[in-house]
Amino acid sequence: MENKSMKGWLYLLPAILFLGLFMVYPLIDVFVYSFEEGYDFVSQTAEGVGLFNYSYVLHDPYFMQAVKNTFILVAVTVPASTVLALLISLGLSSITRLRNLFQTVYFLPYVSNTLAVGLVFMILFDKTDSAPGLINVLLSIFGVEPVDFIDGPYWAKMLVLCLYTIWVVLPFKILVLTSALASVDETYYKAARVDGTSKARIFRKVTLPMISPTMFYLIITGFIGAFKAYSDAVALFGENLNVAEMNTIVGYVYEVLYDEAGGGYPSFASAAAIILFVIVLTITCINLMVSKKHVHY
Amino acid sequence: MSKIMDFDRIEKRARQTALIRNIVVYGLLGLWALVVLFPFYWMLLTSVKSQGAYASEIVPQLYTLSPTMQNYLQVFTEADLGRYFANTLIFTVLTTALMLGVTVLAAFAFARLDFPGKNLAFVLFLALMMIPSELVVITNFVTMKNAHLDNTFLGLILPSVSSVFYIYLLKENFAQIPDELYYAAKVDATSDLKYLRKVMIPICRPTIVTVLILKVIECWNSYIWPRLITDDPKMFLVSGGIQQIRESGYGRDNIPAMMAAVVAVSVPLILLFLIFHKKIMAGVARGGTKG
Amino acid sequence: MKITLEHLTKRFPNRSKNAPDVIAVNDFTFEIPDGKLVGLLGPSGCGKSTVLNLISGLLRATEGRIYFDDDDVTNIPAEYRGVGIVFQNYALYPHLTVEKNIMFPLENFKGADKLSKAEMKARALEAAKLVQIDQLMDRKPAELSGGQQQRVAIARALVKKPRVLLMDEPLSNLDARLRLQTREEIRRIQRETKITTIFVTHDQEEAMSISDQIVVMKDGVLQQIGKPQQVYDSPVNLFVAQFLGTPPINVFCGSIRAGKLYVGEEAILAAGDAADQEVYVAIRPEGFTVDENGPLSCSLSGVEIMGRDVSVVAGHPALDAGCVQLRAITPTARKLDDEAETVRFAIDPEKVLVFSRADEKRIPVALA
Repeated sequence: MENKSMKGWLYLLPAILFLGLFMVYPLIDVFVYSFEEGYDFVSQTAEGVGLFNYSYVLHDPYFMQAVKNTFILVAVTVPASTVLALLISLGLSSITRLRNLFQTVYFLPYVSNTLAVGLVFMILFDKTDSAPGLINVLLSIFGVEPVDFIDGPYWAKMLVLCLYTIWVVLPFKILVLTSALASVDETYYKAARVDGTSKARIFRKVTLPMISPTMFYLIITGFIGAFKAYSDAVALFGENLNVAEMNTIVGYVYEVLYDEAGGGYPSFASAAAIILFVIVLTITCINLMVSKKHVHY
Repeated sequence: MSKIMDFDRIEKRARQTALIRNIVVYGLLGLWALVVLFPFYWMLLTSVKSQGAYASEIVPQLYTLSPTMQNYLQVFTEADLGRYFANTLIFTVLTTALMLGVTVLAAFAFARLDFPGKNLAFVLFLALMMIPSELVVITNFVTMKNAHLDNTFLGLILPSVSSVFYIYLLKENFAQIPDELYYAAKVDATSDLKYLRKVMIPICRPTIVTVLILKVIECWNSYIWPRLITDDPKMFLVSGGIQQIRESGYGRDNIPAMMAAVVAVSVPLILLFLIFHKKIMAGVARGGTKG
Repeated sequence: MKITLEHLTKRFPNRSKNAPDVIAVNDFTFEIPDGKLVGLLGPSGCGKSTVLNLISGLLRATEGRIYFDDDDVTNIPAEYRGVGIVFQNYALYPHLTVEKNIMFPLENFKGADKLSKAEMKARALEAAKLVQIDQLMDRKPAELSGGQQQRVAIARALVKKPRVLLMDEPLSNLDARLRLQTREEIRRIQRETKITTIFVTHDQEEAMSISDQIVVMKDGVLQQIGKPQQVYDSPVNLFVAQFLGTPPINVFCGSIRAGKLYVGEEAILAAGDAADQEVYVAIRPEGFTVDENGPLSCSLSGVEIMGRDVSVVAGHPALDAGCVQLRAITPTARKLDDEAETVRFAIDPEKVLVFSRADEKRIPVALA
């Protein structure tokens, strides 16, 4: 009996080692770092304990810029991508011909390299001295003055970032929503149809309540994902995001952590990461409370 | 219900609305397919334009009549793309193999074996799923740096191995195998490890393959951790390499060559996807999230 | 309202390419009189649900016409046909209360038909009272038993006062005891509302017990239509004879030779002036009487006491391949020694049906 009980833990040992070393220990340590003042990377010593790191981060204009960018990104992309994904999924589930083809095509961005495809978006939107870029050429057809989307005004850069983010996150949402729609029992629609229910009413009174759990799942994960945006911004604007005014909170964390000269400021990074964690946690709790009220069963 | 109904009119209108609805739906779906596919077309197109031809186009051309492979040759020779590929391949293969070993053993323990504290351990494992990677990356960076493992494969791979979600996925699948098979094997004096190898893994092969593909995608596209732990371009993976090509004057001047690099980086996963798209989509629908 | 089907046909394209279409309903012609309860009966997969969906308009006919009274509704979409359907799984909206579920069809009324909230509530209550669930109006479907859910489904189908009520396997999701009770309930509701009602079932007992008329079909083809007793007593072919009645009818290979009906080599009855031919002889279980001098000799396998009746199970070499053993139901088994190896039966000519061996159609024979 003794032998058997030991055996279970033996099989778990590799997982425990990896997770302990690279998840549990760092999780505890990040809190320690965030309260250690004046941590020195080389000697690994700290001068004291306190809230200075938090105060520093909150007073750093780069951090506030990153917070502002992240919140705009969240506020735009989460609702826009969710609604768009819902519309596309509804379209997909209303057709039979070409449906599999469309579904497969729509999923492509999920497997593509965010950094690589971001470069394509960059050259599509970029306006250089020699050429206006394809998007600007298209816009000029509608009489819009060319805009430098990559190196120009803040709103233009933010617009491209939002568009690319939506392009990147949609495949997952479309996939999940399409399978949720497919799992709604066909007879509900038949029953509604013989009762002469209009398409709009079927959607509002039957479809939406039936997929509401999936919708809230997507909204919650959408918020979490959007708050952690980073690679999309790097892909479009390069690594020097602070200069481009396009940094995100996660970007700020890495910026502070990583230093060309070797060794950055893990204490500041930890404080920033924990602030992000608290924001995400708060938003998720609010989401969960709202969903309790509105998810129907 | 003695309503007088104009049947012809009702029928005609029903047909018309169905037709219009179809046109609108297919039109919009087609439009979105275009939005999705266009960047891929554009990278492919630009990558086969010569640098001179691209630079001379003020209004970009939507096709080219003189495709060239010159750019591909260039990025693999001048821009070190071959090295980035080799690094990524090594990283992906080793990380995925290690992950698979760790995951299968842990899933087996949770699904099949009995040991004290198992339920508590499983709950703790699940709790780990909620920890955001941003929080743990900071300490990992310091740890690896202090161990002088920056710019090494060990430093790249070790923190990327553990995946709680895959353990959970596989454990659920393992648990569906009826107990009777295990008892039958026990009666025949089969060892646990042999039972795992000869019975459980073959039965759950579809899930294992799904986990494998998802991990390969994740590894191939990973950027944040590799970017932190490597600052020597010789150790860059493809994501970092692409960024390097872009940041260096080389890519900025020669956009067709940069697009050739982008195509080269994208092709392996797109091929993988085209072959396994049913498996990948089913796997992701079961709860995968990006990253 | 009277429903008329004329040459109704439904073909589905085959899933594999180049294979012929699947014909679910083949050239159906029949008339359902106003205000009757009609059971559409057949083995699973015979196309009976397709017929129901064609009448409701959820499916479009490939060929043929459908009339409601004199209106041709063939190409009218389901939403304009004014039919009520009770689905096999009831299809109650899980997020709505019973009352909201019943009111759902009323809220779709437009223009002159539009009802006020109070009118809708009154109509819903009326429908709920008819099916006796008016005390459950605030519950959600998940909080109801299967039988209650079905009553809600019926109320929802009836609330808009449909021209036809269609029910797809209405009893199949209920347990045995509830099934008996519910089928009487369906009968009562239909009598009270006088709505023409068609229900689909694979259970012949269910159809026989409550229908004014039954329609028997097989492989998309209409076999017979008529009053239950009439179809039972004079089925048009072997399939209908075998499908109706429990225990099922016993089928033997036999022949008519020189005015006598043979089972195997035993002449059991006089066959009048029928022509000599190879036939199937089908005998209802209640047509056997244990009789030492009876013409049919069988090897006795066992006797099952079923309370009032006795069921005698026996073998006979001439039994058709489909029947392993014959089953006879007799009121008493006094004369039967269950240790005996053989048993002899006398046959009641009224319970014997003769079918052509060639096409399985009924052959009218004056048996005695």
